[in-house]
Amino acid sequence: MKGYDFVYFLREGVKSIFLHGFMSFAAVSVIIACLIITGSFMLLTINVNMVIADAESSNEVIAFIDESLSESEAMSVGSKINQISNVAKSVFVSSDQAFSEYCERLGDDKDLLEGLDGKTLLRHRYRIFVEDVSLTKETVASIEKVPGVAKVNASLEISQSIVNMRNVVNAVTYILAAVLAGVSIFIISNTVKLTTFDRREEIAIMKMVGATNAFIRWPFVIEGFLLGITGGALAYVGQWAIYSYATEKIIESIQMVKLLDFEAISIPMLLAFLTAGFVVGIGGSVLTIRKFMRV
Amino acid sequence: MVRFSGVYKSYENGTKAIKGIDLRIDDGEFVFIIGPSGSGKSTIIKLITGEVRPTEGRVIVNGFNVGAARLSSIPKLRRTLGVVFQDFRLIEKKTVYENVAFAMRVIGANRRSIAERVPVILDLVGLSHKAHRYPHELSGGEQQRVAIARALINNPRIILADEPTGNLDPARSREIIYLLDKINSLGTTIIAVTHEKDIVNSLSKRVIAIDGGKIVSDKTGGYYSI
Repeated sequence: MKGYDFVYFLREGVKSIFLHGFMSFAAVSVIIACLIITGSFMLLTINVNMVIADAESSNEVIAFIDESLSESEAMSVGSKINQISNVAKSVFVSSDQAFSEYCERLGDDKDLLEGLDGKTLLRHRYRIFVEDVSLTKETVASIEKVPGVAKVNASLEISQSIVNMRNVVNAVTYILAAVLAGVSIFIISNTVKLTTFDRREEIAIMKMVGATNAFIRWPFVIEGFLLGITGGALAYVGQWAIYSYATEKIIESIQMVKLLDFEAISIPMLLAFLTAGFVVGIGGSVLTIRKFMRV
Repeated sequence: MVRFSGVYKSYENGTKAIKGIDLRIDDGEFVFIIGPSGSGKSTIIKLITGEVRPTEGRVIVNGFNVGAARLSSIPKLRRTLGVVFQDFRLIEKKTVYENVAFAMRVIGANRRSIAERVPVILDLVGLSHKAHRYPHELSGGEQQRVAIARALINNPRIILADEPTGNLDPARSREIIYLLDKINSLGTTIIAVTHEKDIVNSLSKRVIAIDGGKIVSDKTGGYYSI
């Protein structure tokens, strides 16, 4: 393409955006809407997974050590526990430590334990954190087999709930992502089709005066590119604003929750939005004008 | 030069539009193609522009074999032709000047040659004073003159006019035909498809009558009669 041609195509593409103002506005709006809906859903999924991961990491298994073992013997059991494949981390808690933690939890009622001490009342124990919650049951069975372990307590129901929740969120994510992608492509391609249909007469005239397909296509490609990139950039700004507002409101009402900071994913998000706008804009234009070229 | 040798054209729906036509139109001729609706006149125009290809036989236009030409060479064929339609087919969002310049731009002409040639052609069709008007601001006759200017701008060897006066009153129709006659006198071949008896009879030109996809008469200095 000659430089003079490029300037011409660029000028025609830009001019066409304004000449067909309403359709350009419709195309950009549809791209923005589809990207924000998909983006919001992605962010929601990431946050739900973060909350689940947080719950997973705080879900602990307690292994009680046989009371016949001394404290130093009990501490040596930890290395065997750590060798179990799904164990992420184990923390030794002596009977005295456990007793003082228990007293703290009782608060004002700690007088009830007066005259007692940890060694007679409680066992040494390990707080064990697993890597994959779905394997908790198998991990508990392995821990029970470790010599010196008297009993293992695990909230298998909570583990199962976390696993179920994660499976549901993942399944819903995949289904909704596929549906949203399909709907977005359908809406965007129809919008582009409408904008191009509006100009089929113009394309027919261009063909009749001897324009090559490339000459006809370039202004549309540039127009599609500009509309797609504009849609992607505006959607990104909109997504940022909506997400920041929503997370602020959620944190105000549920203070314990930890949410993803938009800045942490701002660059990949921007790239994803611009790429989606680029692909949709150019792809939509090229695919749609193809059928009007056969004159 | 246009040459049809044993040309047949059937469409996918089974319609046999052309049934064995042999025809030769030489450079510089002014030819009227007449015939009732559905006789095959428009198919002849489409065969000349490469919009459709013959089912059988050979169509040669300005040295291009339309039936055998690759898709990529059809634009080159069209650059040797100028086409004028009954409904003008101007781009509504471009001015008169832009509509005409556009046809030059399409074939890769540079800015300077466009700026030099467009005013000359607009002057030839008598529209210099309306160069910056939009098509909807013009009368039907003026719009058709813009279409003729656009057809002429690339100095084509042939101008194809498909019912060029179909949307015009008798006075404007005469103006357009005289304009085409003037262009023909400058050396361009004119092939005009028409229904209008008065127009055909007013000029003593070659008249080819088509009916049922066949040539039923071909007379120079002829009159409208089928």
